[in-house]
Amino acid sequence: MKRLMVAVLKHTNWIWMTSVFVFLYLPLGFLIFFSFNSTRQDARFTGFSLRWYEALMNDGRLIDGFWLSLKVAITTGTLSVILGTFAAFVLVRYTRFKGRALFSGMINAPLVMPEVIIGLSLLLMMVAVQRTTESWFGIGWPDRGFITIVFGHTLMGMAYAMVVIQSRLRDMDRSIEEAAMDLGCRPAQVFFLVTLPNIAPAMVSAWLLTFTLSFDDVVISEFLSGPGVTTLPQAIFTYARRGINPTVYAAATLLIATVTIVIVSYSIWMARAQRQRARETQAAIRQAHQYND
Amino acid sequence: MWQLLGKAGKRGVIGVPYMWLLVFFALPFLILLRISVTDMGGGVDPFVSLAQMQDGVWTLKLKLANYVSIVWDDQRPGEATIYMQAYATSIRYAALTTLFCLIIGYPFAYFIARSPERFRATLLMMVMLPFWTSFLLRVYAWKGILADNGVINRLFMFVGLTDAPIQMLYKDVSMLIGMTYVYLPFMVLPLYATLVKMDDRLLEAAYDLGARPLKAFWLVTVPLSKAGIVAGSMLVFIPSVGEFVIPSLLGGAENLMIGRVVWDEMFSSNNWPRASALAAIMILLILVPLAVYYHYSGEREAQAGQAS
Repeated sequence: MKRLMVAVLKHTNWIWMTSVFVFLYLPLGFLIFFSFNSTRQDARFTGFSLRWYEALMNDGRLIDGFWLSLKVAITTGTLSVILGTFAAFVLVRYTRFKGRALFSGMINAPLVMPEVIIGLSLLLMMVAVQRTTESWFGIGWPDRGFITIVFGHTLMGMAYAMVVIQSRLRDMDRSIEEAAMDLGCRPAQVFFLVTLPNIAPAMVSAWLLTFTLSFDDVVISEFLSGPGVTTLPQAIFTYARRGINPTVYAAATLLIATVTIVIVSYSIWMARAQRQRARETQAAIRQAHQYND
Repeated sequence: MWQLLGKAGKRGVIGVPYMWLLVFFALPFLILLRISVTDMGGGVDPFVSLAQMQDGVWTLKLKLANYVSIVWDDQRPGEATIYMQAYATSIRYAALTTLFCLIIGYPFAYFIARSPERFRATLLMMVMLPFWTSFLLRVYAWKGILADNGVINRLFMFVGLTDAPIQMLYKDVSMLIGMTYVYLPFMVLPLYATLVKMDDRLLEAAYDLGARPLKAFWLVTVPLSKAGIVAGSMLVFIPSVGEFVIPSLLGGAENLMIGRVVWDEMFSSNNWPRASALAAIMILLILVPLAVYYHYSGEREAQAGQAS
């Protein structure tokens, strides 16, 4: 009897996991499958065709949106990783300074704060700044568009980048920094030759993550973009509210393919690098032991 | 090295991100609060000065009417305003989403944490992978799946479950499916992080002392994963209160959530003070969950600090 129960329980876990994975992947499968449909049908596959991909290539709004989103996401990713690295250092290395509680509160907030609040408050500030500069210098800055979207996305991205880099920095063995200093490195050299290469994988992950967040974001962009400036998600959002549009499915399929290839190859590369490092560390330790003997 | 860097260096490292956050996070909030008490009068300038000189006296004009009008409608005294209804709807959906994510996500995270170690990384990556592809597109797909003549209804009719399509779109069903779907990974990851660290011997000890599996689970596993439950619940609850995209795509007229209302006040009615007041109240609503989240993540941080 007990054995039967154990067996049932054993199966429950695979049944449960499979159902949740089906739930998670169903929409992706749906998008891919119906992007090849020959008609504007959502439930019946009427035949294979590439017409929606053709329509996508001729869709100016989606193409323009793609290039804008790409520019925004690259800028956001880079800015976020730089600021996130700073923030991670502050949180890991400076445990005591005035205003640390406020700092840690502010950096963590964008992780959970509803995007509507972030978007609205940033919009109000951008308008206030623009008015002030206009009354002072006669030219209002910033215009709503690329730059304001980047500011908004970076506020979010920085928090995510900080989380990723922070955990790596915390796990890092600080004795190697000390060793470098003992060998006569100056602080800047220690940072660029020892610390930076050590946290570089985390910085790459953080860049990929913040790039994706920015490339996907629709709410903050909706608040911060100006007339005539439309990111890819904004263009998709407009289509999506109107109804079924397989052109969007085609765009989704290309996006899913790109993301899958990048993420899978990146994880394989990461795992390989990790194994390599472990092997080298082992070898170094063995060698050190031999010297000692 | 950090001692060597000296005071100036320390100031620089702290100063750069600190200034950024003050300018782009703290300042916008203060501006939002300020605008929420602005009296635009008949004008259209939300930045009109709060202090005014009249008959040689400075008066501070704070208009709380923006807040009052949210909770009280003169036309329909005593009844819930559309704003209060929207807040109630938002909290209801956020609470239900958290509950569903917990019910689906807890066993899921538990099974991943208990699966053979060589599978775990792959399984986790499979959880994360949809998260990397556009959230908007995944929500949009549900619109096609749940439509009246969509995949699910066709399947139901094919199997013979119903004769006529069941309306699932623009209802509670579609809202909850969409929100649970989007926020599930936010629940699973913190849960997995606490469950995978759990010491199996504690469960064995409970079995040895005569506890049945369910009892052992309830008395040992659940309390030990409390930090993950709280963190996951807050990570789901707080952002879903302000959800904007899902109600726009999968919700109907009666699924109006506060994020959408803020948007409409801002861009359709052009009533910036009221939009700000609505957002300020939304911040108040999530303040307690936010404090709980900080409390627990602070504890985690302290533990990690000790471990290193």
